[in-house]
Amino acid sequence: MKRKALYVSVLIALSQLGGCASLGVQPWERDLLAKDEMELGAEGIDLGLDDHIYFSKEATSGGRSFAGGGCGCN
Amino acid sequence: MQLNHKGSIATALAGATCALLGQSPAHADTDSSVLKDWKFDTAILYYGETDRVSLAESVISATKTNNDDSIFNVKLVLDTLTGASANGAVPQPAVQTFSRPSGKDSYQVAAGETPLDDTFRDTRVQVASSWMQPFAETWRGTAGINVSREYDYMSLGVNGLLEKDLFQRNTTLSAGLSYQFDSIDPVGGKPTPLSSMLIPSDNSDADEDTGQYSKNGSDNKTTMDLLFGVTQVINRRMLMQFNYGLSVVDGYTTDPYKVLSVIDANGVTQDIIYENRPDTRTRHSFFWQTKYALDSGVADVSYRFATDDWDINSHTIDSRLRFNLSDRSYIQPHFRYYQQSAADFYQPFVNQSAPLPMYASADYRVGEMTAYTVGLKYGRELDNGHEWAVRAEYYQQDPKNAGFDQPGVLADLDLYPSVKAVILQFNYHF
Repeated sequence: MKRKALYVSVLIALSQLGGCASLGVQPWERDLLAKDEMELGAEGIDLGLDDHIYFSKEATSGGRSFAGGGCGCN
Repeated sequence: MQLNHKGSIATALAGATCALLGQSPAHADTDSSVLKDWKFDTAILYYGETDRVSLAESVISATKTNNDDSIFNVKLVLDTLTGASANGAVPQPAVQTFSRPSGKDSYQVAAGETPLDDTFRDTRVQVASSWMQPFAETWRGTAGINVSREYDYMSLGVNGLLEKDLFQRNTTLSAGLSYQFDSIDPVGGKPTPLSSMLIPSDNSDADEDTGQYSKNGSDNKTTMDLLFGVTQVINRRMLMQFNYGLSVVDGYTTDPYKVLSVIDANGVTQDIIYENRPDTRTRHSFFWQTKYALDSGVADVSYRFATDDWDINSHTIDSRLRFNLSDRSYIQPHFRYYQQSAADFYQPFVNQSAPLPMYASADYRVGEMTAYTVGLKYGRELDNGHEWAVRAEYYQQDPKNAGFDQPGVLADLDLYPSVKAVILQFNYHF
């Protein structure tokens, strides 16, 4: 399992340098990736509400998107 | 975030709730020619802490996809907050008296209790809008603005994001920039940093002669964010994203309502002073997210590491596991774990015998802590294609002692009480 994770990590790193020859899918293989729930920002409303809560209660914000300012949350 | 006048919070919230839940679906059916291309996401959320703050928040987000695949979004958020918030002072074996932010009134905290300022009451309105435009086959540009207004706070922001698809859209590179201007006009004025909190006497005329008005004026801060990302499709089931974010805050980062206790060698409070934080903060964040399509569901795991020049390092793990119960319904457990180290200027109190530091805050939110969230969401699609979902979560913060002694009477008191909250949410999409 650990080895598999390492393998994937190395592949990703290489793909960024060398052009993704071995990663990715053909356009006709996107049946699962095309589902709404597979979008990175799926449930955007929930993520926005969570960001507001954790922005007000913790010292770190952002990461997924801009850290921003936007409220004087106590 | 404090409000003295009661305002029409309930009216505003009721109006927003009706708008969210009642009218719009019918409207969409009868006026389909106009709203055909529009999608609406709405939600109401309740967040309630035991004995402390409670928040009700409503969101309506409208999205229109145009013929050229450009997307327009406008989002309105309305929230109202009431309750008590820790003011930063330490508990004492005797009753304590504090000034309210207005400086014209006071409140008492029972012996052994964590001092909470119970005057919090605020309504916030936020409007955000964005336009995403695809161009030259593989490029997308997004521009956005946002405005947020509270009684004592105003925020204006602009942001832009540029995305480029590569390798048959298996790789997406992104670069974003956001600029935020925040203005704060504290109730009772901005306190002089590290100055003593004066307790108003019964005779209000006398107050004006006691130098109470070391509090005055407003202040502001700017936040500049840079965000660079890579999204990669790994295979038919998996995609990953990696983001690096740089955030630079410049200006008034102090919380004007937070104080510190000045204690003697026996841990007994001698004075209460206002906090003071540095006027810049530079933060780096590294965010990684993976989504994996199961045969009947989705696994979503993310990790974030953030570090800043206040010496706050944090780790966040967030995971959602969606199981489809049928073609039209799902259940989704949520788990989040968060851990942060203390800011270098954090201290739970000030020792009377030590020299006064330049910066100091006893706000537990910049202290060492861990927090976790566990939750469950259930969602269902209706015959007409609309979807609804409910979410219930439990959130607990556990502040930690970052290595400070608790002299004298403080030894037997809880300086790091946990904060426990429930989150309830209802979503409707049409």
